[in-house]
Amino acid sequence: MLENAFNVVMAHPLLLAVIKILIVFAVLSGIVAYLVYMERKVLAFMQARLGPMRVGPWGLLQPIADGLKLLLKEDIIPAGADKFVFLLAPAISVLAAFTVFAVIPFAGNFYISDINIGLLFILGVSSLGIYGIILGGWSSNSHYPLLGALRSSAQLVSYEVAAGMALVGVLLISNSLSMVEIVNRQQQMGVWNVFLQPLAFVIYVIAAVAETNRNPFDLPEAESELTAGFHTEYSGFRFALYFMAEYTNMVLVSCIAVTLFLGGWLRPFSSVHALDFLRWAPPVSLVGAAVFILWLGLQSRVPLERYFFVALALGCVAVGVIISYPLILNAVQGIFWFGVKVLAFLYAFIWYRATFPRYRYDQLMNVGWRWMIPLALANLIVTAVVRYLLSAHTPASPVAWLLR
Amino acid sequence: MEILFYICAAVSVLAALNVVLQRTPVYSALSLILVLCLLAVIYLLLGAEFIAVIQVIVYAGAIMVLFVFVIMLLNAGREVPSERSRLARWLGVPLVIAFLLEVLWAVWNQFPSGTAPAADFDAGPAAIGHLLFRNYVLPFEVTSVLILVAILGAVVLAKKEE
Amino acid sequence: MIPLSHVLTLSVILFVIGAAGFVLRRNIITVFMCIELMLNAANLAFIAFSRYLGTLDGQLFVFFVIVVAAAEAAVGLAIIIALYRNRETLNIEDLDSMKL
Repeated sequence: MLENAFNVVMAHPLLLAVIKILIVFAVLSGIVAYLVYMERKVLAFMQARLGPMRVGPWGLLQPIADGLKLLLKEDIIPAGADKFVFLLAPAISVLAAFTVFAVIPFAGNFYISDINIGLLFILGVSSLGIYGIILGGWSSNSHYPLLGALRSSAQLVSYEVAAGMALVGVLLISNSLSMVEIVNRQQQMGVWNVFLQPLAFVIYVIAAVAETNRNPFDLPEAESELTAGFHTEYSGFRFALYFMAEYTNMVLVSCIAVTLFLGGWLRPFSSVHALDFLRWAPPVSLVGAAVFILWLGLQSRVPLERYFFVALALGCVAVGVIISYPLILNAVQGIFWFGVKVLAFLYAFIWYRATFPRYRYDQLMNVGWRWMIPLALANLIVTAVVRYLLSAHTPASPVAWLLR
Repeated sequence: MEILFYICAAVSVLAALNVVLQRTPVYSALSLILVLCLLAVIYLLLGAEFIAVIQVIVYAGAIMVLFVFVIMLLNAGREVPSERSRLARWLGVPLVIAFLLEVLWAVWNQFPSGTAPAADFDAGPAAIGHLLFRNYVLPFEVTSVLILVAILGAVVLAKKEE
Repeated sequence: MIPLSHVLTLSVILFVIGAAGFVLRRNIITVFMCIELMLNAANLAFIAFSRYLGTLDGQLFVFFVIVVAAAEAAVGLAIIIALYRNRETLNIEDLDSMKL
């Protein structure tokens, strides 16, 4: 029966793709929902608060409560708004954010598709997301959204240039636009691209923060100046869509940075065999998580919560034991390291928000056009020259090069 | 595969009609973006993956953003119907149809439906790059100069006069 | 496989729609968009021929057309903004004299 179903799936490539898409979509939605929870918890931790605690044990059900609240709220369309565009705009944002995941390799054995223009596909589809912001701000027929949308699109356009040029540096040393190939190349070279392209990495991270409208570049929704920026007039489910698009974009830029610069699904120092014991990291970290959960549970005074935490800890240990089987252990290696790196990135995103004050608009444009783009260009030129000098086409001496 | 082409073709014709028939420029622009994306899909079906992505990045992602931006900047509202030419009103549509039939007739005569496609060929970024930087270096350099001139021109034109 | 003539038919239809819009519309921005539509119809024909002849040159022409269209859009929209500053209209019937 099970084998039969497996054979049917394998026989239809389209069916397999659909299943993969559904898995990625479901997991991603869950991650995005809990990313909001994580952000509130981490911010609270950094500010010596507790964060959400009321809904469920340790506030764990907060995202579900938030989602339900937003779903049930009234969907207000402002008077004089361009109704069709107003309804369309948030959908564009979400669509653009989710579509890009089609080419992200989550592990060496798990990705939706591997196309030979993957990197360009990412740049193309994510550049469509800007319409969600412009149209949303414009169709609201209100001042704050329009100003927010103008700021946001100016910011997106300026930082997209820097990010794109930083990515070309990676492209030059990878010889490929396919995301899977870029990771494989890092494995062959035995070194992550971040060590070969440190400047490009820094530029990409800064541009990524700017493109996701996060602190310290969150001017488009600077609440003290613009209420909420381009989505001021949105409420209920449509607001939730924008919110989701923003956090999906955070996950997305983290995934791209991890794939291009931090070796994707490769474990740290994957060429050093002395570190092979690191492959036990997934079960060990699960057991560590179980200990932490147990510690949390013991602090709780509500008996029901204690039982819940103990059950959760036992569940973690059980999963840890299951994935210790060599076959499963090998299968989860890629996804585990990818997840750890992405999580570190997301944590850094939240950390920035707790640490940096917001830029002024002219400072933002200065950083973008006077520093990031020239630096990215310089990085590109140096990379290209070094790449040429190291390549097989190089003449043996400068004289030969001149006489060529 | 073929069915995808016909769906995209039908929708893109409808969207193109919408570009022309809409009186509000924003709707025209949105329809045009749809046409551009559908054409990118058709390029993919025809094996031109690099051009398809370039189409989305440059056309849909940059040029049309510029259009939408200008429409919002100038706050271009509904177009007022023109009353000047009665001749255009009565002769316009028949002439357009006549033009369409004429060109279609020419195309169908020249390329009967049995034309077989060439065998699969490599249209990846590497192949395009080789061709671009070997056979088409001069046009490439000339277009880069053209873009530089265009940037300067746009800045000069859009600058407010003192 | 899609027959060549069907792709060309689509290209022709799009081109004629663009041309009709170019002649009939009065808003200068819409007229400009109709030009883009015609360029895209031509691009489609290039891609189709490239596929059926089995050479990449057609695709490179499309590449150049897209680049030139980008330059054209930048300059054209700058001109439209400058015009609007001086005349406060986007209707091409009111933009019929060379002098300001």
